[in-house]
Amino acid sequence: MKISMDIELQDIPGQLVRALQPISDSGGNIVSIVHHHDKMTPSGRIPVQLVVELDEQRLERLVTALVDRGVTVVRTGEERLKESMVVLLIGHIVHSDLRETIDSIDCTGFAEVVALSLSMPSVDEESSASVTISAIGEQELREALHILEQTAKKKAIMVIAPI
Amino acid sequence: MSMQRNAKTVRISIIGFGYVGAGLAEVIRRKRAELASIYGLDVRIVGIADLNGIFIDEHGLDESELLKLRTGAKDWERPEGMTTLDLIKELDHDVMVETTYTNVETGQPGLAHISTALESGRHVVTSNKGPLALEYSRLTDLAAEQGRALKYEATVGGAMPLISLIRDNLAGNGVLSIQGILNGTCNYILTRMAEEWLPYEHVLKEAQELGYAEADPSSDVKGVDTAVKLVILANSVFGMNATYKDVEVTGITAVTPDALKLADDAGYVIKLIGEVGHEGCLKVRPRLVPKGDPLNVRGTLNVATIKTDLAGDITVIGKGAGPIEAASAILADIISIYR
Repeated sequence: MKISMDIELQDIPGQLVRALQPISDSGGNIVSIVHHHDKMTPSGRIPVQLVVELDEQRLERLVTALVDRGVTVVRTGEERLKESMVVLLIGHIVHSDLRETIDSIDCTGFAEVVALSLSMPSVDEESSASVTISAIGEQELREALHILEQTAKKKAIMVIAPI
Repeated sequence: MSMQRNAKTVRISIIGFGYVGAGLAEVIRRKRAELASIYGLDVRIVGIADLNGIFIDEHGLDESELLKLRTGAKDWERPEGMTTLDLIKELDHDVMVETTYTNVETGQPGLAHISTALESGRHVVTSNKGPLALEYSRLTDLAAEQGRALKYEATVGGAMPLISLIRDNLAGNGVLSIQGILNGTCNYILTRMAEEWLPYEHVLKEAQELGYAEADPSSDVKGVDTAVKLVILANSVFGMNATYKDVEVTGITAVTPDALKLADDAGYVIKLIGEVGHEGCLKVRPRLVPKGDPLNVRGTLNVATIKTDLAGDITVIGKGAGPIEAASAILADIISIYR
């Protein structure tokens, strides 16, 4: 199962390695790790976000092991949306009810728009947007894309999907 | 000039003496010796026909002389009242090469030339997409009935081998899909737009000045050219019996430099991709291609990834246009008839 974890480390050398050791010992595989070294918390700790592929049963022992090593575990949660895809849109994106476009994906229950980057050249020109959709599985992701294409077609928005 | 003693004489006509037709004359001129020594063929152009006129010589026309027609150093002529169809029917020759301008609506005059040639017992080699996109089954059936070859490698991908690659070298494989960049004009435009974040209209003008886009570029930039090539692939590789109307087509005219930048930030390029799949998928539209994908080729190059059930993915890259390049595909087809 993919588990996302938010942890905080003391700002002394070697802390990240100390935190990664128990993960490796518990048979976990690191999927992604973001080490926010520039964003210290008020208590002087460094936030790190991880996504780990790990047996659910081993999570509790891992958290204990981390805490024993002075790592603060802020939260853990299941990474539900496993598959994601970037899609580009070109058209009058904002003015054709952007919220409705996003909702058409978000309300499916199996997919969500997790990121949006919008480029708006000038008032009457068409905008371009990059949309990241995440879904619980590959099939659901393709279905979400299909829904987005249907929605976009009605609004004369061009969809550029990955091959 | 020395010939292999038992070289087989192959008399050909070139119908349509434009860019590609003249390219073939040049290629035959250059390769005369190898054609004889390696392939045992003595290829002679015994007739050429164009809107401007007709030249005939049953012993073979001089290619260097013919090439002067393109520069204006030689004038066109026409034997008394002779039409192109007369030439095809009456001049004794083995292979008719059809290189007239593609008309995607009617397929004419290519369609009439090809039918007449096959009915007159000639083999046909062509770079003209129109007839094959419109009447693939009728023409291939006619060729089979007449026991003559109908070859058209040059219609898709220019010099890039695709049709014969699949038919000959990937024989035994089931082809699941073909995805590719089949139009060099669109690829040039999208590549240039992404290089310097230039707007579409600006790059189109540049392409026209360089000769990579026509004065009326709509066939290329609206995806029509790619769609027509896709129809030929759909029929010859997948047996789909499709026509242009069956293709979902979106061109590149709406792609913005902003969109290219957003794609770049996410690790992609935008390319006009034609896709045909065995379950009936037939689409031409701009797609996001990962930067490291083999389909990400630059400039005017063409590329196709063929997904097969045994060999996996095969990708071929080559020059999609150019008179010598397109003529090379025609030459390969001529040679293959006699191999």
